[in-house]
Amino acid sequence: MKKQLIQLEINNRLYEVPVNPRDLLVDVIRNKVGLTGTKKGCGQGDCGACTVLIDGVPVLSCITLAIACQGKKITTIEGLADAQGNLHPLQQAFLDHGAVQCGFCTPGMILTAKALLDRNPRPTELQIKRAIAGNICRCTGYKKIVEAIDAAAKEISTGGVK
Amino acid sequence: MNNRKFTQVGRSVPRVDGPAKVKGEAIYTGDMVLPGMAYGRIKRSPYAHALIKKIDYSKALALPGVLAVITGEEAPNKWGIVPQTANEVALAVGKVRFWGEGVAAVAALDEETAEAALELIEVEYEPLPVLLDPFESMRRAGEVRIHEDKPDNILHQAEQVFGDPDKAFAECTYVLEKEFRTSYVNHAFLEPHAALASYDVQSGKLQLWSSTQVPHYLHRQLSIVLEMPMSKIRVTVPAVGGGFGGKGEASSADFCAALLSRKIGRPVRVTFERSEVFATNKGRHPCYMKMKIGLDKDGYIQAVDFENTLDGGAYAGWGMVVMFYTASMIHLPYKVPNARARVRRVFTNKPTCGAMRGLGGVQPRFAMECLLDEMAEMIGISPYELKMKNAIESGYRSVSNLHVPHAEYKKCLQTAVEKSGYLEKHGKLPFGKGIGLAGGYYISGTAYTLYQAYKPHTTVLIRVDTEGGVTVHCAAADIGQGCNTVMAQMAAEALGVHYEDVHVVSGDTELGTFDLGSFASRLTYATGAAILEAAEEINQKLKEVAAGMVGCRADQLEIKDRRFTSIFEPRKTIEWEKVVDVYTNTVGTLTGIGHFSPPRLKGIDLTRGVRVQGANIGHSPTFGFSCQIWEVDVDLETGKIRAHKVTEAGDCGQPVNPMSVDGQVEGSIMFALGQALYEEMKLDADGRMLNPSLHDYKVPTAMELPEIDTTIVESYDPTAPFGVKESGEGPVQPTIPAIVNAIYDAIGVRFTELPITPEKVLRALKEKKEKEKV
Repeated sequence: MKKQLIQLEINNRLYEVPVNPRDLLVDVIRNKVGLTGTKKGCGQGDCGACTVLIDGVPVLSCITLAIACQGKKITTIEGLADAQGNLHPLQQAFLDHGAVQCGFCTPGMILTAKALLDRNPRPTELQIKRAIAGNICRCTGYKKIVEAIDAAAKEISTGGVK
Repeated sequence: MNNRKFTQVGRSVPRVDGPAKVKGEAIYTGDMVLPGMAYGRIKRSPYAHALIKKIDYSKALALPGVLAVITGEEAPNKWGIVPQTANEVALAVGKVRFWGEGVAAVAALDEETAEAALELIEVEYEPLPVLLDPFESMRRAGEVRIHEDKPDNILHQAEQVFGDPDKAFAECTYVLEKEFRTSYVNHAFLEPHAALASYDVQSGKLQLWSSTQVPHYLHRQLSIVLEMPMSKIRVTVPAVGGGFGGKGEASSADFCAALLSRKIGRPVRVTFERSEVFATNKGRHPCYMKMKIGLDKDGYIQAVDFENTLDGGAYAGWGMVVMFYTASMIHLPYKVPNARARVRRVFTNKPTCGAMRGLGGVQPRFAMECLLDEMAEMIGISPYELKMKNAIESGYRSVSNLHVPHAEYKKCLQTAVEKSGYLEKHGKLPFGKGIGLAGGYYISGTAYTLYQAYKPHTTVLIRVDTEGGVTVHCAAADIGQGCNTVMAQMAAEALGVHYEDVHVVSGDTELGTFDLGSFASRLTYATGAAILEAAEEINQKLKEVAAGMVGCRADQLEIKDRRFTSIFEPRKTIEWEKVVDVYTNTVGTLTGIGHFSPPRLKGIDLTRGVRVQGANIGHSPTFGFSCQIWEVDVDLETGKIRAHKVTEAGDCGQPVNPMSVDGQVEGSIMFALGQALYEEMKLDADGRMLNPSLHDYKVPTAMELPEIDTTIVESYDPTAPFGVKESGEGPVQPTIPAIVNAIYDAIGVRFTELPITPEKVLRALKEKKEKEKV
């Protein structure tokens, strides 16, 4: 299959990458762009580890064609900390609340949570659970993840951090 | 050591690798790329049992971009985590024994080419009859043999008798016997196995980065399969995305990456697809159990009889260990004066079973806690009362010679019962709602290495100098459970510095000192003991220098909060860094080394004629205990069970990091909830797995998260380093029986087979209704 050069905007930076029309976004981000924070846990859209934000919406990058993402804003876990390297409140809350163990679900989980808080700054516990229901975590039992998201929501809405 | 004085142990510090993980900067094996790296893929068998007549890979080799193809013939040495039963090979030789077994492997310039090459490998099979049920496997062993050297299709069987169970049963007032069956479940860790091998042709050295829990045992197996001395192999463990036992032995990814790399002289990475994780399995053994318990008129346990047939799948794996563990597990956490276990592990043509969180405990615990629940009803007392009556206490020695130096099991039962309101609710909730109780325990480390050796199980080297501060070296593997954080806390405590001052170098067989690996809940205890020993040496030397600096005797100094201070004249004090500076300037880098060997117990008294066949396998330096009380709602229309609240109380000794302990407990609870209600790998009649994906293999999501109320009960094991015990495998033990007992309380049906699906619930409700009509 013939490769074509496309532009992808990832974390506010433009990357030119040669892709096959059937190349998946997760593989392009990980292997061609080199941002390995996006994880591949199942390759079938079941586990949520590959979640990235496309125009602010959580998307499973392992079942998304890279070629279809031209002209869109892609955010990966590497794009969350600020320009000085300070953690996003969600990242900080995951750390402080023990919501990270093996860490493999963490990037996808945090991005899913970010999309939730961006559209619903003070979600209920049930809304948090619903939002992350597509992200599997096998280590933590989810409790500390839900607590961390709740704490980050409070932090963001009181601190005015965006 | 007095636990009240701890400043670093007992702190809920965030994990050391946390920042890298939340930023997406942690490097897992599958993230790594080396210069010139090739991509490896494994061709897998579509048959569950077949002879390999011919493999023709000439077309694959001719495909541009393909660098090498290997088959099993090139590395036929058998490996196994238990050397006495080693029967696995890197790739099948002559025969496949389960669906998905590797038959060839390819290295290519890119993943697409490797994938395409697999299609070009032609394998001619002669299918054999497929044995999927362990009883059928034993019955038809004369006609179908899975392994040539095992004519009855049984890996191993054993009988252990302690006391006189038959006589004891004859004298019991209450006897109950029942059969239980557990399901075929997988760890479903989130990171599929990955291995990156780099063989250097000039030096003949191999470095392997692997998502493993057991760098040491992997190191040994590589040495056997590759026929290379261990000193030429280095195993490095990058970040690991969960293991739960499933990465507790070598995988075909490790061997194929290494063999391919050696063949082409460049790095090769093999990363599994999710379906390969299921195909190579090594998950929990389905158990077909029969358990009989006898109580005297007052409700004291007099005897336990346990029969267990373990469905082992195709190869040995951890099988023999798991088998003996199930036998050993009936001896605690209750006083059992007479016991018999008859256990056997049978080969079938399924992806192999192995080690999984709470290994060997979960299945017999399910049987025992459910039986006792039912027996309490027979006697007319609360299950809580029956369990309290029989619960062991500190200093207990089981008839099988398990010595329990410290136990707060009763406190766990009491705490969970009080906090949940169990006694007020049990038997009194409306139909469809129920509450159930179960207890459990687990070992904190094992007595033996898997191969015959007397060497210490862990060695810790602590280095102190002006450049690095404190560096702890140990080849332990942090697979997400957080041992690096806990080691740093314990080392800081032992040296009188802060957790933040300590660097941990782990997960590398060359940079780290010896450690057996992450399994059997051994690391906190084992590394804690070795850290204390290593720190003592360092503290003594530093104190001698500090004493001269402040003007007192070395033995009058204590080190705390980065200071040396005279216990008699507190004004004689000096900063820790200054002492290290002087020491380094005069002597040089300071090191201390510590080892941990599990304490050995004397064997069973053979003069009494007590036959012991491996009961010692569960003998552990100490044991953790816990109790869980679950509350469930059963939807009588749909059969759906909503397990909505769990109250847990656990004895993990002194928690080193309470936040981390909570994480282990909560994770255990959800892990076991999946096995209780949802998870099961299914095979068709030909042995092909029907659900090798996270879509069809249902693990709990956040929507299944119940209200979780955990308590770390006040506990301190005076025989343990820092008073610690395990916390990561004990809490999976009570979950299943507590849920099953709660379902009984809700609808009056005692389930004995897992998972308890809505279909089973509806069928049971229907049967119950019909029975009540009659």
